[in-house]
Amino acid sequence: MLEVQNLNVQVGDREVLHDINLEIPDGETHVLMGPNGTGKSTLLSTIMGFGNYTVTKGTILFRGKDITGLSVHERAELGIGLMFQRPPTISGLKLGTLLKATSKKTPEEVRKYAEKVNMGQFLERDVNKGFSGGEIKRSEVLQLMVQNPDFIMLDEPESGVDMENISVMGAAIGGLLEKDQNIVRRKKSGLIITHTGFILDFIDADKGHMMCDGTIKCHGNAREILKEIKERGYRECMQCH
Amino acid sequence: MPLGNNLASELSEDDTERISQSGIDLSRVSSCATYVQKDEDVLHSGCVDNGIEVLPVQKALEMYDWLREYCWNVVPKDKDDITKYVAAQKNPAGYVIIAKKGSKNIFPIQACVYLGRNQIQHVHNIIIAEEGAELHIISGCASAHHVGKGGAHYGVSEFYVKKDAKVSFTMIHTWGEEIDVFPRSASIIEENGVFLSNYVCMKPVHKVQMYPTAYLKGKNSVARFSSVVIATPESTMDLGSRAVLEAEGASAELITRAITLGGTIISRGHVLGKVSGTRGHLECKGLILKDGIIYAIPEIEGSVVGTELSHEAAVGKIAKEEIEYLMARGLSEEVATATIIRGFLDVKIAGLPEALQSQIDSAIDSAEKAGF
Repeated sequence: MLEVQNLNVQVGDREVLHDINLEIPDGETHVLMGPNGTGKSTLLSTIMGFGNYTVTKGTILFRGKDITGLSVHERAELGIGLMFQRPPTISGLKLGTLLKATSKKTPEEVRKYAEKVNMGQFLERDVNKGFSGGEIKRSEVLQLMVQNPDFIMLDEPESGVDMENISVMGAAIGGLLEKDQNIVRRKKSGLIITHTGFILDFIDADKGHMMCDGTIKCHGNAREILKEIKERGYRECMQCH
Repeated sequence: MPLGNNLASELSEDDTERISQSGIDLSRVSSCATYVQKDEDVLHSGCVDNGIEVLPVQKALEMYDWLREYCWNVVPKDKDDITKYVAAQKNPAGYVIIAKKGSKNIFPIQACVYLGRNQIQHVHNIIIAEEGAELHIISGCASAHHVGKGGAHYGVSEFYVKKDAKVSFTMIHTWGEEIDVFPRSASIIEENGVFLSNYVCMKPVHKVQMYPTAYLKGKNSVARFSSVVIATPESTMDLGSRAVLEAEGASAELITRAITLGGTIISRGHVLGKVSGTRGHLECKGLILKDGIIYAIPEIEGSVVGTELSHEAAVGKIAKEEIEYLMARGLSEEVATATIIRGFLDVKIAGLPEALQSQIDSAIDSAEKAGF
């Protein structure tokens, strides 16, 4: 579904990502791990097409189509969705109004989704205004449920979520990625940034990638990579090539 | 829209359309709760209904001697050239609305002032909510398309909100590009009284200048001013509101949302805390969408221990990350921008009936549909 080829990305005058290669087939969910500040969120932002991230080399293909030059909105329309780690607050815009604007679903369905992630009472609140860390994550998942993208990028979905809601989030993200569907019929794909691996208790990842210093150093079984990091830290991974 | 004979002969289809953009439904004119004035002619004025009386000011002053106490009381005659001009009129125009003691009316009274000629229109309004009364007014001010240079509106409004009474006054302006508008208004709010003043102007105007003042004289009285305005090129809007907190427990909130598309907005505000146990907050947020001027001058002035006053002012542009956030949800850049602007202008006024809130919303929506 998604293919990133030899990608170099610059933010301002600084090159942040170098020679990234990544392939995520239909129906697969991959996990992206690595130390803070290594470029994981930059990669997601670049795939989404945000203006501050300049591709200086390489291409991003989505379902075989080169999307490197497309606008954020065009990418979203093609079926790419992103759960923001730190989304902006939009004063005056109600969450319910935003969902209505981005959804093809009926208001009843939207409300049902909101109830599912314990966000029913937030529909009349300004988007992200005064939301706690966990509420922001639930609001993000809700927006994605309504948007219904085919390729879903999640930036640390478990951070800030309390223990009571983590299973709610896990189930909702599992739903987004069609984890409840038979593997043959599953079409949706995902790329998840995680530090803790909590999310892996709810979503079986098909593959893991380890990013260091702006490039992907190794690929492999997500749980095994996580175990390595837990036991030995990032040091060994950083030496990989 | 079916109109009464009198209105149908005086107002063209274009006139009624302009008036409806100011939130006035002239098909409701048969009800008591409507006042329509074109230039200085009263085309329709209501009667006593549900404890509310709507009268032309001249007739009301003839009928009620006691009304003289309220006439040129909170707004002084000699305040400035505008008030002097209105006070000098031999035949005053405008309306008097009296909500009788204890009367409760959630459905808004409609007051329409329409300018159809290139001249100064003068209006003097007196609004009284007696003890425990609840009164809501939508004031639609508009002008005919053909009115140009020389067209001006001088409007004096005096509000008296008695003990436990509540008044909301929602003014929606639909003037023309060459018209000058000078409202002069002030209010006295007694114990537990609530005064809500809302102003919406989404249409071009040459110049608007106003600085309404609320004198909160009663314990626990409340005043809330909100203004939502867009200044198109060549428009100058010098707007402000002032609250004088003169009794314990009195509070005021002054909120402005301003957008310039090339025009000039001067957003003033002044809260004076004169007594302990008072609170006031002033907030002005401005968006510069095309080069123009937004000049925010918030003033807070406390003179005793125990008054709490604050202000917040911000002028800027729409953050790129907000636009991209909505674009990532599938909205085009134009729709994302319009959605953010619409949210920016969305000021929900606590205590305002739904019917009035939806009139404000639709006035703002019409600007959104026109592409701001």
